[in-house]
Amino acid sequence: MPFFFTLKISFAESVIRIPPFTDVLTRTADHHLRLTLSLTSFRYLFTDELYGLAYLFSLRTAFLSTLICLLLGYPIAYAIARAPRSAQNILLLIVILPFWTSFLLRVYALEAIIDNDGLLNTLLLRLGLISHPLIIMRTNLAIYIGIIYSYLPFMVLPLFATLEKLDRSLIEAATDLGSPPWRAFLEITVPLSMPGVIAGSLLVFIPAVGEFVIPSLLGGPGNLMIGRVMWDEFFGNHDWPVAAAVAIAFLVLLVGPIAIYQHVSGRQLEG
Amino acid sequence: MEERYPPLLVSVLCIGFAVLYLPILVLIAYSFNASPLVSVWGGLSTAWYVKLVHNRELLAAALLSLEVAVTASTVAVVLGTLAAIALVRFARFRGRLLLTGMVTAPLVMPEVITGTTQLLLFVSLLQTFSWPHRGFLTIVLAHITFCIAYVTVTVQSRLQGADRSLEEAAQDLGAGPARAFLEITLPLISPAIVSSWLLSFTLSLDDLVISSFVTGPGATTLPMLIYSKVKLGVSPDINALASLIIGIVGSCVVLAGWLMRRTEQRRELETRMAEQSEESSLGAAPAALRPPRAEARALRFPS
Repeated sequence: MPFFFTLKISFAESVIRIPPFTDVLTRTADHHLRLTLSLTSFRYLFTDELYGLAYLFSLRTAFLSTLICLLLGYPIAYAIARAPRSAQNILLLIVILPFWTSFLLRVYALEAIIDNDGLLNTLLLRLGLISHPLIIMRTNLAIYIGIIYSYLPFMVLPLFATLEKLDRSLIEAATDLGSPPWRAFLEITVPLSMPGVIAGSLLVFIPAVGEFVIPSLLGGPGNLMIGRVMWDEFFGNHDWPVAAAVAIAFLVLLVGPIAIYQHVSGRQLEG
Repeated sequence: MEERYPPLLVSVLCIGFAVLYLPILVLIAYSFNASPLVSVWGGLSTAWYVKLVHNRELLAAALLSLEVAVTASTVAVVLGTLAAIALVRFARFRGRLLLTGMVTAPLVMPEVITGTTQLLLFVSLLQTFSWPHRGFLTIVLAHITFCIAYVTVTVQSRLQGADRSLEEAAQDLGAGPARAFLEITLPLISPAIVSSWLLSFTLSLDDLVISSFVTGPGATTLPMLIYSKVKLGVSPDINALASLIIGIVGSCVVLAGWLMRRTEQRRELETRMAEQSEESSLGAAPAALRPPRAEARALRFPS
């Protein structure tokens, strides 16, 4: 037992190191660079509307792409859950496989398709459906496409997990009692799969808000995802206190509510 | 009982998978394109792959990425497994909630924030202790911290499902806690350990944002190099590189999945055989009919 305890303490310290240190750290960094600075960088956040706009833009982008991901992912998850058990493993592997391959490279692969002289435009031009190439690259549409494409597996997996566990006899009961299949689906399958919907949405939404790679590779110069603003603040302007302030504000505004929500819902499940 | 699988669902699956895989397939196809332009098909060629092998900068970056990934995932697996054991086996200890929070925090935090905070941490450490210098070491440390989260969650769920009574039985039969852990618990959770190592490895190999924040002069990982090239647009030698990486990783994952499934199946088979042999030994079956495995078990755990 003592052996276990020493081990436990030894790793606990190494694990605990990240967030509390950062919390203290941003403050100490500000203290080091004079106390007034810590307030100015935060005040800067509120006075310069760039940051407010960036937050709103990031939230909107993440929200919309999460919604579309849900609409696309639900049918896929449903189809896998209804598939014969022997096929499920293989189908799941097919969904997970892109997740294992490089994220950066998948975003890059997308570029070859939606680029102005990419596959999509070449194809549409050849077919005569359009006369000018569609401009998708470097627009907000490209960011949406990128996020949806990259995070679709994150949406499908939790949805599948809840849909698979769903008690099918409930739906049979509903159809036996005379409800048409679409009504049984809407009134039984959808409400019962809500935990999966919420889990999947959070898994897509949170990384999407802070996404950096996709907006910087696919998006135009005008888009203001918060991740990109932070990156520029860090590497472009070398204004570390402001970047730290953005990070803290971001955490408080986004991760805080979600953590509280999860805590509360966890309590409800236990109680 | 058996119902027909609706054709609508089949088409949904086909479309979904097409969407997921089309860009990757296109990328691989282009990597064999003789023409450097995306819009022009110049015939089959492996010229870009040949060019790749001669690119020193690229090879160095790839090697660095591999080193980082192997070190980080190995350390993360050890620490993460210990954290998982602590969380599952010790119901309450001081700072349990804190530890849970700390362990899962990197899972939900956007990468940019993890990167920033870690860089600030390393910088202030450097100021106070003049250690660590930014470069290989800080990248490895940063990767370890986010990999631990994934390892802990994976191992934790496996450990919760594992049968605690087996370990207790071993201890009742006189095995010390260390031995019971090594011979019973560790093999039980080994699939989770293996898969979390693989997960950490790929995550580390793939990470761009966190590495970019914490790196120092002279340490450029493969994703960082790719990013700086890709920023300038589609380029054919990156196509070749990407296809290569995707091919290697993809086949590794499929192979690992297949191997793990086979071991699981074999284990199930063995348990079933062992159970059968125990039943038959009750009926005083000849010892020669018993599978050797069951014999060994009987020797090791005399009833």
